[in-house]
Amino acid sequence: MDWLYSEKVKDHFMNPRNVFSDENPFKYDAKGIVGNIKCGDEMAFYIKVDKQTGIITDCRWKTYGCASAIASTSVLSEKVKGMKLEEAYKISPRDLVAALEGLPDHKVHCSVLGDKALRAAIDDYYRKNGMDDKIKKIEAEIVCRCMNVTDHEIEEAVLEGARTYLDLQERTKLGTVCGGCKDRALELLDKYKKEHFS
Amino acid sequence: MFKRSVYLDNNATTPLHPEVKKAMIKGLAIYGNASSLHSLGRLARNHIEEERNKVSSFIGAAPDELIFVGSGSEANNTVLNIFACKCPVCNSKTGCSKEIITSLVEHPCILRTSECLTEKGLKVLYVGVDAYGRIDMDRLSGMITEKTGIVSIMMANNETGTIMDIKNIAVMAHAKGALVHTDAVQAIGKVHVDVNDLGVDFLTISAHKIYGPKGVGALYIRKGTPFCPMIHGGHQEQGRRAGTENTLGIIGIGKAVEMLTREMDEEIPRLHALKEKLKSGMIASIPDIRFNGHPEYCLPGTLDVSFEGAEGESVLLYLDAEGIEVSTGSACASGSLDPSHVLLAMGVRTEEAHGSIRFSLGRENTEKDVDYVLSRLPVVIKKVRNISTAYNGRK
Repeated sequence: MDWLYSEKVKDHFMNPRNVFSDENPFKYDAKGIVGNIKCGDEMAFYIKVDKQTGIITDCRWKTYGCASAIASTSVLSEKVKGMKLEEAYKISPRDLVAALEGLPDHKVHCSVLGDKALRAAIDDYYRKNGMDDKIKKIEAEIVCRCMNVTDHEIEEAVLEGARTYLDLQERTKLGTVCGGCKDRALELLDKYKKEHFS
Repeated sequence: MFKRSVYLDNNATTPLHPEVKKAMIKGLAIYGNASSLHSLGRLARNHIEEERNKVSSFIGAAPDELIFVGSGSEANNTVLNIFACKCPVCNSKTGCSKEIITSLVEHPCILRTSECLTEKGLKVLYVGVDAYGRIDMDRLSGMITEKTGIVSIMMANNETGTIMDIKNIAVMAHAKGALVHTDAVQAIGKVHVDVNDLGVDFLTISAHKIYGPKGVGALYIRKGTPFCPMIHGGHQEQGRRAGTENTLGIIGIGKAVEMLTREMDEEIPRLHALKEKLKSGMIASIPDIRFNGHPEYCLPGTLDVSFEGAEGESVLLYLDAEGIEVSTGSACASGSLDPSHVLLAMGVRTEEAHGSIRFSLGRENTEKDVDYVLSRLPVVIKKVRNISTAYNGRK
């Protein structure tokens, strides 16, 4: 019988790599935890870093999540070993979906927690080592001023399945008061659809 | 390692009973239109009416009180839509100004239809349930008034297996002049269902939940009850459901009901024993679990369990890899972002709803199946919990 996901997802789901195990304690230099089990998924990422070179030498992760969350983080954990912190910081969900040979559209949002947790772990490392200046301040653009909706929220909504302006309105309430943000919202909708799904 | 195929998703659908399959293979030859007057037409008509007798007598109804439809969902849609109909006949009888009362734990075909009717201007009220998933009767009794057109409550819940007190609900509703509908899709064949004992005016049946084919169901309509068809354009089913009869499907549902009549008295205690074995086996081998549903008023083969810290879709897919087929209340499996509305209505915490797994046993399951599940399930749960950030229980 065909599996729900690609063979690659199946492989990483059935045999997840680099899982943080309570039996074999992993000495890490930094960790990042994102998500919330109340929303159905939570992710923790732990990294060991070579201080001289700034290279991630080893990592572990744990998740309360579905098959795509498990597989995408497993793939991520293989990818980051040997990477410089700056380089690892740039990994996007799109890279992981490609590494997994694709995910169904409605499962893409399940795969975004891994790289988020990794970035949180890198930020944690920077903070612990007096490198605060390297932490990327994520600047948000307020798109809808009436309802205070940012570009990040639009991106989230697209990842969670919004495909039309109406979907965006339903999920974020943007453009439901004066409607002045419609053009910018449509631009961003298009951009994030292309970025994550085409 | 030895792998077995164990289907434990009988509340989703069931395999055809071998006798149903045989009857349907024979039935494939019957192509006449039951409305034709010639011999082939009359042959189809005879079959349909014979099956109607079987199904209606199984629930204590008269044959002319039962129509065949395309699915349980169609039957449920038909009943609720009567109350939104503005044709002169319906308007005087059912009154489109009447309210509908249903519950928070109904099947989506009731809930979505209710939302749709709300948009058409009808008032729909939703009664909640207790921690075991049973209707809050005090609340319901306060909700039913002279304005209530119909109370529609499922007889047994598909996720938890919790059985509702339809008999009392019918008494309460009739006292205020309201009609009563029950979606008995999950209950039929698993508990005793008699329309007169229950006192309902409408009752929904689906064939594929009772080892019959997909695409056919039946709707019981008590004699003299206001009715308006949802599908127009033909005199079939006493003018209550247009469309050439699905002779083959009807032969299937008839045979399925006939087999229930013969087998259910033995099957119910057998399923119950299997479920108890599965339940006690889980308690003995897996810590930190909770059972969702009523401990006593519950379908014999349904067991809904939340495994703390273990996300449902992962559990489902690891079990699937072992050949064990179940379902989950996790949002991730459904494609939506919200977990089971049934469990949330019961006050189950969101994270426990995401971690719920439904085991629904059926006539093909054996003790060996249960032994096999109990040999694999603890390993799977341990594996998922080992990956989980949300499990801090006993190791």
